[in-house]
Amino acid sequence: MPKENAARQEYLIRGATLPDGSRTDIVLAGGRIAELGSGLSRAGAATVDADGLIALPGLVDLHTHLREPGSEQSETVLTGSQAAARGGFTSVFAMANTSPVQDTAGVVEQVLALGEQAGYVTVQPIGAVTVGLAGERLAELGAMAASRARVRVFSDDGFCVADPLIMRRALEYVKAFDGVIAQHAQEPRLTEKAQMNEGALSAELGLTGWPAVAEESIIARDVLLAEHVGSRLHVCHVSTAGSVDVIRWAKARGIDVTAEVTPHHLLLTEELVVGYDARFKVNPPLRRREDVEALRAGLADGTIDIVATDHAPHPVEAKDCEWDAAANGMVGLESALSVVHASVVAGGHLDWADVARVLSHTPARIGRLAGQGRRTEVGAPAELTLYDPAASRVFGTADLSGKGVNSPYLSMTLPGRVQATFHHGHPTVLDGALRPAAEIAAARLAQTQWERRHG
Amino acid sequence: MRHLLSTKTITRDEAIALLDIAEDMADVAGREVKKLPTLRGKTVVNLFFEDSTRTRISFEAAAKRLSADVINFSAKGSSVSKGESLKDTAQTLSAMGADAVVIRHHASGAPLVLAQSGWIDAGIINAGDGTHEHPTQALLDAFTIRRRLHGTASRGKDLDGVTVTIVGDILHSRVARSNLWLLTTLGARVSFVAPPTLLPADTSAWPATFGFDLDTAIDAGPDVVMMLRIQAERMSASFFPSPREYARGWGLNDERFARLRADSIVMHPGPMNRGLEISSAAADSARSTVLEQVANGVSVRMAALYLLLSGDREDS
Repeated sequence: MPKENAARQEYLIRGATLPDGSRTDIVLAGGRIAELGSGLSRAGAATVDADGLIALPGLVDLHTHLREPGSEQSETVLTGSQAAARGGFTSVFAMANTSPVQDTAGVVEQVLALGEQAGYVTVQPIGAVTVGLAGERLAELGAMAASRARVRVFSDDGFCVADPLIMRRALEYVKAFDGVIAQHAQEPRLTEKAQMNEGALSAELGLTGWPAVAEESIIARDVLLAEHVGSRLHVCHVSTAGSVDVIRWAKARGIDVTAEVTPHHLLLTEELVVGYDARFKVNPPLRRREDVEALRAGLADGTIDIVATDHAPHPVEAKDCEWDAAANGMVGLESALSVVHASVVAGGHLDWADVARVLSHTPARIGRLAGQGRRTEVGAPAELTLYDPAASRVFGTADLSGKGVNSPYLSMTLPGRVQATFHHGHPTVLDGALRPAAEIAAARLAQTQWERRHG
Repeated sequence: MRHLLSTKTITRDEAIALLDIAEDMADVAGREVKKLPTLRGKTVVNLFFEDSTRTRISFEAAAKRLSADVINFSAKGSSVSKGESLKDTAQTLSAMGADAVVIRHHASGAPLVLAQSGWIDAGIINAGDGTHEHPTQALLDAFTIRRRLHGTASRGKDLDGVTVTIVGDILHSRVARSNLWLLTTLGARVSFVAPPTLLPADTSAWPATFGFDLDTAIDAGPDVVMMLRIQAERMSASFFPSPREYARGWGLNDERFARLRADSIVMHPGPMNRGLEISSAAADSARSTVLEQVANGVSVRMAALYLLLSGDREDS
């Protein structure tokens, strides 16, 4: 059958550089890495010249907003998956703040199914911690964990689980199925009407401040709660130097906490708010240069475990307005690897093996996602990203593949380019261009059928 | 001048030039026919997203004295209250041929966004944006101080060495911010006095001194004491325990007013809360400039509209 043929097309990637710096050819066959070595040949395989390209394990984003169901004008599972593939991702964790909220088995299974139909990446739904993200009573965490979506990460992201007793119960309860609570650390009373980082600049601009202590105090409380009940905690989008200190302390104490930082918090500072351009409005807000430096150092020394995008697409009108009225959030999937390159690789904080760790191995491990984040070795699933570190480009809307154009990097020069992304052994991006949706869906379908038949 | 958005970017010479034009405009107010033909055929839109009768009628009077046509666009009861965006409102006004837009908006930065958006080509005057700036208020305050100090010899003068103490809700005050930049540019020394909760958390970027004690500030004998209005909504949000305690600590009461240097002037941007931040004796005294500020406001706004709408525009 021709569809099966498309799915079973084998690829010979020639002369790729692995994250450890070694050079190898890679054969992808049957959805797996079939061979590694130099001078490989494979009859019938399509050849991809990877000279000068780094072969990273397919990137895994623990923090993506796909907006479907409910806000399809902003993004759909399909368009968000395309943005992800374009950025070199083979898997995304879809945040729960959809409408309806992903707080039941039914909704998370729907999102899972939409991801399977799209076929560009593995879409792993995140479940809400509380019903309707309202922070008042636990959602059916067990039902979501036991569903076909096998939810392991739970988050009310967008809102903080502020009630300490609800947070304690959630941390305890998910131990039953090896889950983790991913906390959006933001003390709500300290951030009422907050518009930007609180400091000298917010004083000048007359924008209500979002103080660092509102993040740090919640993280401090949560790591102590996690210690007390012996649970696993994940901290979303850490943004301040003080938060890095608190997490470093918690890890030294043996508390089971992991933390993420977004690409934009690694690169951008609050100075960008000066022109009241709402593309730079994000929650948590852009911080000071000192915070950016502390986040880079924290990522380098392992205090911060991973980079996650917090990809947050919005329609044009949500940003084309006065600052107070604008929505929080930036799209980030397509630019993530280049921004990590610019912010921490170029400056020597991370090497490419570290990038593989913080953007693939560790996020897959935190999210307990099988088949993703594996090392590039024979037998591993064929999830691979080919990145050209020598490229440089003025980032523009043509570099975006999702619906949102609310990128803070438009007209900035960024290094690198994703040349190819392979998911289940099939290219979702080739020669820097996204493959068509029909081809991907067909390949995905054929792959599923082949897997069913051949076990 | 293309727009008037902030006092932070105004140079000393630009400020003095504007204040000198305002002196000429003030002369017009003294005539029997208080009207100049200068802006005949120009349309000025007062676009007010927040209620402010005083500021709006001051701009209206200024525009009318310059013979401009004035359209008042109030957000209440308009398309704005039905959810129309700033962008659509601006494009609508542009299509109607507005030459200048005087905007009052609850969001800090809205006038700048409007000026940079390309939605409208008109000159923009910031008539107060959120807790950011209120440039014409600072200009009229500077004008008022200069006139008190130099009288008819004001033209060409700056405020070199003048000490100004601004008291009250600095955190939320656009008047405080605009005055900080303008008065210091003109050579004045600004100090702020407020309860710690009503100062910004980080004031390191402000070229001013800060204190919590009004009595010390009074006894230092400043040339100018400017009292700011305490908004009703601050009283229920734990910025201070009670209006009584605020008045005791930071109100210009009769006793403090009596201790004030005999030639110090007392300013208030209005509307006043008598008995809270300022006593009636202080507000109604000869040292108070409250009504002069209102009158000067028209002159300063005439000068601003004149600079925006007459002559060549910088970008044309």
